[in-house]
Amino acid sequence: MKKYLFISMAALMITGLLNSQSPYKAGDVASDFKLKNVKGEMVSLADIKDADGFIVAFWCNTCPVVKKYDQRLQALHAKYAPKGYPVIAINPNDPAVSPGDSYEKMKETAEKLNYRFEYLFDETQEVARKYGATNTPHIYILSWRDGKLVVDYVGAIDNNTDDAAAADRKYAEDALESILKGQPVSVAATRAIGCSIKWKKG
Amino acid sequence: MLLPFMGPVAPAREIEKIGIPGLEQILASPEDRLYVVNFWATWCPPCVTEMPYFEKLSKEYQDKGVRFILISLDFPSQVESKLIPFLDKNKITAEVKVMTNLDYNSWIEKVDSSWQGNIPVTLFFNNAKNVKYFHPSEVTEEELRDLINKYKE
Repeated sequence: MKKYLFISMAALMITGLLNSQSPYKAGDVASDFKLKNVKGEMVSLADIKDADGFIVAFWCNTCPVVKKYDQRLQALHAKYAPKGYPVIAINPNDPAVSPGDSYEKMKETAEKLNYRFEYLFDETQEVARKYGATNTPHIYILSWRDGKLVVDYVGAIDNNTDDAAAADRKYAEDALESILKGQPVSVAATRAIGCSIKWKKG
Repeated sequence: MLLPFMGPVAPAREIEKIGIPGLEQILASPEDRLYVVNFWATWCPPCVTEMPYFEKLSKEYQDKGVRFILISLDFPSQVESKLIPFLDKNKITAEVKVMTNLDYNSWIEKVDSSWQGNIPVTLFFNNAKNVKYFHPSEVTEEELRDLINKYKE
């Protein structure tokens, strides 16, 4: 019996290691990180001055869903960075699997699209794994509370990928407005179709 | 008069559009057979890579009681311009439906509680036998065959 228990626990642990972790959910404490931005500088959330929190967006150069949301992410940054919540975009895709998501291509994308927000490369994929990100785009809204990065929202930007004007639920914006008013976030988790993160093979 | 020079004209393909009720109906299918339901889109490279495996095995298993349904998540505005040309070009004869409800958060969880919306994913089920397996990523041909054989019985 004991042996059986041990084997099933070992099996569970192995399963846990093989799959990426389940996504952070509201109330969890998120890890900070140190990743290279498109200017070649190493960026940590703790180093970003005057931020009360962050809109962390798992992002990339190639995913059509990301491209659909490009303007909307830029608009979120323009609106909420001055209010203390800048966008931090992170590309976790393995360029060996998705060549268009290389660091060089990130620089080109950021320049071409005139990104005003940080665009970071998660080369080891450690941040995406830790956050439990599964797809791009995948948004995590974090707030500094008592020196900790607390997760307030995980999911989609809004509820219509194809047509921004037709979206009648603006999840990320609604969450940010609640946070700024010091109110609880009413919808703290959503799911949306997106491109699988391109994990390293093997 | 131009027609003779255009070669055989394929009959216009109709793709069934489904919303949440259609999806729920598939997921609740009571028959005692294995359903293999793949969620994909033409804009998703790993989905496109595995499409020939689904096409090939759907033919191989069509007399063995396995029903394949390929649910496309192409945007409704691109069904005519992208999805149908892709199916024609790749000679996909397997059953394809297109999910037109873009309010993803309202239905993703109905497919599987662990699914965060990444594609491709594939659901294997036989409700009559209480069999359900959600495969959270792409498959190779060999993996797909193994999974079908495993859940078919």
